[in-house]
Amino acid sequence: MSTATETQRKAPAGERVADWADGRLGIYGLAKANMRKIFPDHWSFMLGEICLYSFIIIILTGVYLTLFFHPSMNEVVYHGSYEPMQGIRMSEAYASTLDISFDVRGGLLVRQIHHWAAVIFLAGMFVHMFRVFFTGAYRKPREINWLFGFLLFVLGMFTGFTGYSLPDDLLSGTGVRFTQGAILSMPIVGTYISMFLFGGEFPGTDIIARFYSIHILLLPGIMLGLVVGHLILVFFHKHTQFAGPGKTNKNVVGMPLLPVYMAKAGGFFFLVFGFISVIAAIATINPIWALGPYRPDQVSTGAQPDWYMGFAEGFVRVMPGWEINLWGHTLVLGVLIPLVLFGVVLAALALYPFIESWITGDKREHHILDRPRNAPTRTGLGVAWVTIYFVMLIGGGNDIWATHFHMSLNAISWFVRIAFFVGPVLAFVVTRRICLGLQRRDKEKVLHGRESGTIKRLPHGEFVEIHEPLSPEQLHTLTAHEQYKPIEIGPTVDENGVERKPSALQKLRARLSKSYYGENNQIAKPTAEEYKEITSGHGHH
Amino acid sequence: MSSQQIPEENLPVEQGTAHGAVEGAGDPFADPGLPAHKPRIQDIDERAANRSERAVALMFTLSMLATVGFIASYVIFPVDQIVYIWPFGHVSALNFSLGLTLGLALFLIGAGAVHWARTLMSDVEVADDRHAIEATPEVKAKVLADFADGARESALGRRKLIRNTMFGALALVPLSGVVLLRDLGPLPEKKLRKTLWAKGKQLVNMNTMEPLRPEDVVVGSLTFAMPEGLEEDAHDFQSQIAKAALMIIRIEPDNIKDKREREWAHEGIVAFSKICTHVGCPISLYEQQTHHVLCPCHQSTFDLSDGARVIFGPAGHALPQLRIGVNSEGNLEALGDFEEPVGPAFWERG
Amino acid sequence: MKKLSARRRHPLAAVVVLLLALAATGGLYAAFAPAGKAQADETAQSLAIDEGKKLYSVGCASCHGSGGQGTTDGPSLVGVGSAAVDFQVGTGRMPAQQPGAQVPKKKVIYNQAEIDQLAAYVASLGAGPITPTKSQVDPSGADVAKGGDLFRTNCAQCHNFTGQGGALTKGKYAPNLEGVSAKHIYEAMQTGPQSMPSFPDTTMPEQEKKDIIAYIKTVNGSESESPGGLSLGGLGPVSEGLFGWIFGLGGLIAIAVWVAAHTAKAKKS
Repeated sequence: MSTATETQRKAPAGERVADWADGRLGIYGLAKANMRKIFPDHWSFMLGEICLYSFIIIILTGVYLTLFFHPSMNEVVYHGSYEPMQGIRMSEAYASTLDISFDVRGGLLVRQIHHWAAVIFLAGMFVHMFRVFFTGAYRKPREINWLFGFLLFVLGMFTGFTGYSLPDDLLSGTGVRFTQGAILSMPIVGTYISMFLFGGEFPGTDIIARFYSIHILLLPGIMLGLVVGHLILVFFHKHTQFAGPGKTNKNVVGMPLLPVYMAKAGGFFFLVFGFISVIAAIATINPIWALGPYRPDQVSTGAQPDWYMGFAEGFVRVMPGWEINLWGHTLVLGVLIPLVLFGVVLAALALYPFIESWITGDKREHHILDRPRNAPTRTGLGVAWVTIYFVMLIGGGNDIWATHFHMSLNAISWFVRIAFFVGPVLAFVVTRRICLGLQRRDKEKVLHGRESGTIKRLPHGEFVEIHEPLSPEQLHTLTAHEQYKPIEIGPTVDENGVERKPSALQKLRARLSKSYYGENNQIAKPTAEEYKEITSGHGHH
Repeated sequence: MSSQQIPEENLPVEQGTAHGAVEGAGDPFADPGLPAHKPRIQDIDERAANRSERAVALMFTLSMLATVGFIASYVIFPVDQIVYIWPFGHVSALNFSLGLTLGLALFLIGAGAVHWARTLMSDVEVADDRHAIEATPEVKAKVLADFADGARESALGRRKLIRNTMFGALALVPLSGVVLLRDLGPLPEKKLRKTLWAKGKQLVNMNTMEPLRPEDVVVGSLTFAMPEGLEEDAHDFQSQIAKAALMIIRIEPDNIKDKREREWAHEGIVAFSKICTHVGCPISLYEQQTHHVLCPCHQSTFDLSDGARVIFGPAGHALPQLRIGVNSEGNLEALGDFEEPVGPAFWERG
Repeated sequence: MKKLSARRRHPLAAVVVLLLALAATGGLYAAFAPAGKAQADETAQSLAIDEGKKLYSVGCASCHGSGGQGTTDGPSLVGVGSAAVDFQVGTGRMPAQQPGAQVPKKKVIYNQAEIDQLAAYVASLGAGPITPTKSQVDPSGADVAKGGDLFRTNCAQCHNFTGQGGALTKGKYAPNLEGVSAKHIYEAMQTGPQSMPSFPDTTMPEQEKKDIIAYIKTVNGSESESPGGLSLGGLGPVSEGLFGWIFGLGGLIAIAVWVAAHTAKAKKS
């Protein structure tokens, strides 16, 4: 009878809707697992949200722009409201972008939000990726999500490139020309790919329409799929957290999705959107009206790509002009090598998690983040990579640096050429030393307490600084990190007396392991015995 | 290289579980557990909580006003009105007001929500257990058994003829898609080797659209030319000018170091391709004192007094020179097409 | 005639004669004045050349030679014309202060009268481009759009889309065109100072120069419109990227720190 009385009770409307949906979608089961899902609080965990939200903003504003943009290279003579372009021959794509900027109310704002959001999206992904890198958050079980994120970054670069090329202005057209030149440099297939991509000779009349479908459909479609996969995996793996009291590899400590994160993450979307709108109100981006329509025989100095392509541009600019002519064929190394380097440098980043896990041989799950100092070799390698990236960014803008810092263009090119080789090595060595220094300081702090700044005079006249012992929470936090032992190749003779020859790969692995975790490459963390010995004795230093 | 080769003891003790040899109560570094929750002012002082509520409500209200302001700006400001606003300059009144009001409306919703979450929602930290991602051995065994059953029932392993022909069919069918791409563009053939220039074509000044005469071109000047008969409204103008654009300068014949360059010039007037041999930018940063020309895209530098050879940067070969002379009307004319392909190098260039 | 002579002694006769005389003088003057002025101008010109020569021998001769024939330190000035002098001295580039990759624009040390005298002297050394008149450089009524197209063909490769300037080889540069007077832009096109090539009237007629000046004045000046907001130097993606990183991403990270931070705890009381 009790069931009968229960069904008689009329459920509130919201519940009835939920019941309806549950009967078809099983939403109660989903909500049970996720509604009170815990997210740890740390500002660096919100970098990914910046990317997600700017991606959504880009899609929203992009849809609006498609309502007015004409992806056509038909030539028209401009008679719109922008005076300095009156009567100029231009493509419809360029003319419609002028219309969006000068004749559609709010069109300029949406264009600027779209473009600023793209610049910030890429910058956000870069910083997010390095947050993940330096804290070791890519380790098992998150390697696949690292690859998803990496692919999003690379696809984001190309989506951005195809997007800023669409207005068919003089600056972006110069970038497309560069792309065509780079394609031509590919051995055997270069000329064919160029002809097929452009529908004939450069620039032809097809490229804008083709870039358009790539920019608004193909690439964002793939990216949307990857974003969804990325988020599902974040939910499925649960978020990582920094070491601290109460935080273990088996739990996640933070606030529940409902209500705190719903409000914080939802609110953050509005904060990001609002902030980018303000930027679009006060700062111009890509003023195509000042650049002029594309013509293959016109150019402006200071021709640069958007920042995320700048590092590729740097490789291309500082490369010596090597060209090999043999048997009636030309190998354009001056363009080909930068293209290959561009791929290799990016691939190194994508593959790093797998290389590291091979070196450590660690197949366990990791949910506690490393502090960068506690992984000195990884941190050093990461900083070396970032150094290459930024050195090449400087190379990509060498003409702007030259005029604004009153230096010679040629001198900057030479600086970049040398820094490409010296910079990362220097960065690696310095970073690792700094990390080891910080590890030593942590050890000191654990064993001797924090320097209080208070000087005390002992009865016999000696001055000492009072060290305050750390709280149990701090002691735990500072000693919670993992330390690997270097892998030994092991005995070369097995228990049966049969000689075993280690393979070259095994030797390489042992050597790498030593350089990661060898004696001088990490500071052994204090043991409980050390701590007890010091605190039980004269623990005042 | 599987994990079996790594002895277990080489791996560190798992983070956040135990610390070295000393276990349990004697461990000074043991995890003291989640710290006790400390209340915020809003948790213990109702007046403070009410203040927070009012602040959140104020932000939401201001957001509404900002949206009204957005609509008002849209209606009030003409699309072409320019106003001076320090320090932004002479900006569009519409863009500025729309952006600021929209930004404020959105930002205040976000700020309100976050302030609400930070001050009024519970800030007690909760620990949630993680569960192993890997399946239990029982589950794994069940899945493997199911798979084996399915594979056996399909007889894919036994009936090799089916398997092989199916793989063959699946491998071939994408070819249709590849074939369909063929008409994306024509084959390269010799297109990259030819330009519009031909014997007898006059050099047309791109500023005046008049044929150039030798006396027009003085030492130290820079002029751009295109072949006569190429019209700006021609359907293939862009593709043709992308190869045919010329840069005309005049150098005292005695100062031309390259013998061929001097022969191909007309009284010191030389015509070089304007298209960079690196990746095809229109190169034309001509320094008249040194006769160096710099590419604005990747800084390849060419010496126009020495056969336009590369003296700096990533370009791999010299700019092609067009052989010119003077026709019976006294105008400059080409004495043929370029002898080598203009623009970026490619595999078949040779 | 009798009547006239009869009134010779009339009290007003003197006045009439005086008026007639004045009228005659005026008429004569009016008839001969142009020639007279030309003579006066010629004198003024030769005076200016003399004055210019004096200024020249003090300020310029050490580098350009006592007769403008040039030395190892400075090029010959024979045939550069008055326009070149007006540009070089009028923008403060000359006299050059120190050797370097390029002689920069600096404070002008001669007044316009002295510059004209110097120009007159240098023009007397050999025919060359003449300082343009006001109407020659006046951009009012010129075709801004055509100027933009010409600017992108002839000028933007060194001076950037809107004339912000750009780098040349080995520390040389094309200067920013903001605030450069129409006359000086015109003279630069005519004479090709330093690294810049010249664009003589034979290949770029006077009207096209005016169009270009009109375009520069429209897009690069303190009054130029920048509808989208801050123009960020008009340098393109490099400054946009820096702004996006520092203010865009930087601002968002600052907001993220606020969102994620723990709320202030109540103080123990």
